[in-house]
Amino acid sequence: MSAVAIVGAAESDLGVTGKSIAHLQAQAITRALADAGLTVRDVDGIATAGFSRFSTVQLAEYLGIEPCWTDSTAAGGSAFEMYVARAAQAIEHNQCRTVVISHASNQRSARSRSLAGVFEEHTSQAQFEAPYGPLYPLSYYAMIAQRYLHEHRSGRAALAEVAVAARQWALLNPAAYRYGAGELTADAVLDAAMVSSPLTVADCCLVTDGGAAVVLTSLDRARNLRRPPIRILGYGESTTHASMAAAPDLLRPGSFDSAQRAYAMARLGPGDIDVAQIYDSFTITVLLTLEGLGFCRPGEAAEFVADGRIRPGGAFPLNTGGGGLSYCHPGMFGLLLLVEAVRQLRGDCGDRQVRRADVALAHGTGGIMSTHATVILGRDR
Amino acid sequence: MNVPVDEITEPWWAATRGRRLLLQRCLECEQLQHYPRALCTGCGSTALDWTAACGRGVVDSFTVVHRAPGPEFEVPYVVARVRLTEGPILLTNLVGAEQWRCDDPVRLCWREIGDGRLLPVFEKENDGLRIDR
Repeated sequence: MSAVAIVGAAESDLGVTGKSIAHLQAQAITRALADAGLTVRDVDGIATAGFSRFSTVQLAEYLGIEPCWTDSTAAGGSAFEMYVARAAQAIEHNQCRTVVISHASNQRSARSRSLAGVFEEHTSQAQFEAPYGPLYPLSYYAMIAQRYLHEHRSGRAALAEVAVAARQWALLNPAAYRYGAGELTADAVLDAAMVSSPLTVADCCLVTDGGAAVVLTSLDRARNLRRPPIRILGYGESTTHASMAAAPDLLRPGSFDSAQRAYAMARLGPGDIDVAQIYDSFTITVLLTLEGLGFCRPGEAAEFVADGRIRPGGAFPLNTGGGGLSYCHPGMFGLLLLVEAVRQLRGDCGDRQVRRADVALAHGTGGIMSTHATVILGRDR
Repeated sequence: MNVPVDEITEPWWAATRGRRLLLQRCLECEQLQHYPRALCTGCGSTALDWTAACGRGVVDSFTVVHRAPGPEFEVPYVVARVRLTEGPILLTNLVGAEQWRCDDPVRLCWREIGDGRLLPVFEKENDGLRIDR
């Protein structure tokens, strides 16, 4: 358990904004600081990714600050859960006092994201993989899904349920891209255009603009700020592979290890989690991560999500904002998982509020299931 | 198709001209690995040699791609992970058959990439006569 807390959390504008990355970053950061009752003059540490080659340097200048601590670890969508760990350590060791973790992307307005993804030709494995035409990362997640359905004798309906539940949550979240879009049926997911089998377009996350920020400071100081502190109870991470061929077992990703590390630090287990925010780049990501996080045993996720368990009103509230599938996915979704977890613990979620939310888990995934980071948060009791 | 090589991978690509699929072998711990690197991922040794794979394996998993990353790929086509008999996993294409299942046995065949080098791809083990190898 750390003696550090999240004291501010906010989104930028989401969806199709027509705004620059810097503008969205500034929006998210000023809103999160206002939420905490702080200003940019209080910030002496920043962590961000996806802004530029020198992300924190660019951001510091844009904000007009000279931070004494920065982190721009490039680990894809899980980077933001990793920043929580690094920031907590930096604050505990008095390297800095107030950290803002932020991210923003205008990828929908800028049309900067393609289905094929980003394949870097200079990497060691590229010459052995690019000639075969995989969609990166989509085809890799598709192969994980194929293996999952084969090994556990499940059908695509189990994948579809993840998207259906995400939509139901999004219908309760006015900020969600699909708010007002109406129910998504399992048939609609199964009948949607196949992209890389067994995944259809409806198994894939949205492509939207969006940004978010959270503010961290010491628990002692947090108790004197505007909002109730949300404590960082535990964190853990795992980096397992980079290439499509390197993972020895597609069904045993690093979430198994990152979760164990986070639970050990928090001295909690899966049964103590009241609300979970799990990276849903694709529907299969959720099924496999539920198993990695210990909410069910390997092979049982399809059964676990059946019967509405992860839908609003179900016994296991999951991705309560609507997730990357129906709420927002600005290329990296990890920070929005943390924002929703904080809001649930504060009781700020309105129609989608989970009752008795004392402990929340946020799990980020990056690359092609390459990086995993788990953060456990709790109310200050 | 532009497929680059580097000083470590050059022998691997050169062998494809003679339809040989090479695996890197550690001279210290005898681990086999793919793709070729400057060190053994098993023990860290930099003493490495080559051995030819037998060309047989099974489908670890696969996906039928319906929207290609570029115009050089004609959809649909099958991208797969093939686990070689020797152990290492290759990313590859599956060719020939209409239907695939995980764990299907496969054997090596080759596809030209236009500069004399060949690309290892795989076909079903029971897919009739083998034309070349």
